[in-house]
Amino acid sequence: MIILAIVLLALAAYLVFTFNGLVRLRNQVANAFRQIDVQLKRRHDLIPNLIESVKGEMKFERETLERVIQARAAAVTAGQGGSTHDILAKEGMLTQALGRLFALSENYPNLKANESVKKLMEELTHTENQIAFARQFYNDVVTKFNTAQQVFPTNLFAALLGFSASELWELPADSPERENPKVNLAI
Amino acid sequence: MNIYEQQASNRRTTVLILAAFAAFFLVIGLGFDYFYFNFGRDLTSVGDLANTAYQESVAPGRYQGGGNNVPFGTILALIVSAGLMLNSYFNGARMVLRSTMARRANPLDEREKQFINVVTEMATASGLPAPAAYIVPDQDLNAFATGTSPANSVIAVTEGLLVSLNREELQAVVAHEMGHVRNYDIRLMTVVAALMGAIALLSDFAGRSSRYRGRSAYRGSSSGGSNRRSGGGGAALLFLLWIVLVLLAPLISRILAMAISRQREFLADATGAELTRNPEGLISALEKIRAAVMPTNAVNNGVAHMCIADPRGSLIEEKSGFAADLLATHPPMEKRILALKAMAYRAGNPAPVRGM
Repeated sequence: MIILAIVLLALAAYLVFTFNGLVRLRNQVANAFRQIDVQLKRRHDLIPNLIESVKGEMKFERETLERVIQARAAAVTAGQGGSTHDILAKEGMLTQALGRLFALSENYPNLKANESVKKLMEELTHTENQIAFARQFYNDVVTKFNTAQQVFPTNLFAALLGFSASELWELPADSPERENPKVNLAI
Repeated sequence: MNIYEQQASNRRTTVLILAAFAAFFLVIGLGFDYFYFNFGRDLTSVGDLANTAYQESVAPGRYQGGGNNVPFGTILALIVSAGLMLNSYFNGARMVLRSTMARRANPLDEREKQFINVVTEMATASGLPAPAAYIVPDQDLNAFATGTSPANSVIAVTEGLLVSLNREELQAVVAHEMGHVRNYDIRLMTVVAALMGAIALLSDFAGRSSRYRGRSAYRGSSSGGSNRRSGGGGAALLFLLWIVLVLLAPLISRILAMAISRQREFLADATGAELTRNPEGLISALEKIRAAVMPTNAVNNGVAHMCIADPRGSLIEEKSGFAADLLATHPPMEKRILALKAMAYRAGNPAPVRGM
């Protein structure tokens, strides 16, 4: 009788312990996701300024500039109530368009000498890095959270306690970010 | 050793260091009472010293020995050591920053703004609050982190580092320092730096005053003229031991600091590579830092163990062997770079060139 009580008590303690651990991880995941969100918003805010200050100099790159503007608009729309999959795809497109703009700007020494453009470029590089590192941290936390649910014996009752695996922040299979950048060496 | 073991070990070592420091002060205080104030001097045997000490600590003042009844030295030493320990914990970071003349990074300056941005990025990568960014006005290449916890940590780099390193390399160096922050190395290192300064000061003071006192004590015991001396040869030997301990304390504490620092550099390198996922950046940063061997003048010896590379600019780091191992604050650069290269190789992709 006493032994049974002890076993039940230990089992209950174990359940409480596991539950609290999973809740802590779930909150970390939510927080890490919000961090990415903050950086994405910041990127959306910075892009119009950048376009405004480079478009005079880069007027022959109309197509690239247009693509950045369109990708930004699509990403903003997806951010307002799109599915996670949609956000991932649109933000990936924007990252790619920005990458091309950055690469092309290397050809314009006047831009590199311009103080305000230099400042904007650093801000955008910073934001791009922030997104990348926030994404990396988010994926680390999600992996920890998912592993904690899937190991034995937690996997037997994690779903009963109301936990489900979180989605990793990875590029959709059809994302343009997966493509290798094509370098045109013809002058 | 993983990061949790490292954190636990750092906490343990911090407590150990503080205990050793308290013990050191106790010995100094007891010695002062014994040799200077003649506390408990009518004991016939020197072996009773420990007994005296015990009685002092159990009931100070109750022991009715010759000379003084109150162990002023011991009490004073305990109060001072407690004060210094609290000070090292709460003001250590500020003391370190002041001693290196560090100032806050200016967000209006282009390069310093970049440094602030890089610090924020690394904080994001590690999921910790962003440390304050400081600049040390020195042309050499160096960096260190200080503080008591990730919430109030500081990362400082020299002006030379900002000029010579590109963004990627700067990121690697900041990631290395962020590793020190995340592993709680900073608390241990800061406490050690502050206490080391206190020990050097105290030993200097005690050593200078004992030069007078020591000579007169020796003369007194040899002539037998002093009626207060009863310990004879045993007391003289004890006195000698005490003096040696006091005089060697700065050296011992420095060797200790170096031993503590050396083993932590490898792990901070590894953590840095984990945060940036780019060991190559740290490799090229370390190579640039190694190439600039001039000493970091702004950094004095007391803070040497906190820096990313030995600020004395000596080539002692490049040697291996017992003496070098004992005196270097950092593992040889070559070993660190090799470890990072192994990491980069394991990570698996020497960047396959595709496309074209």
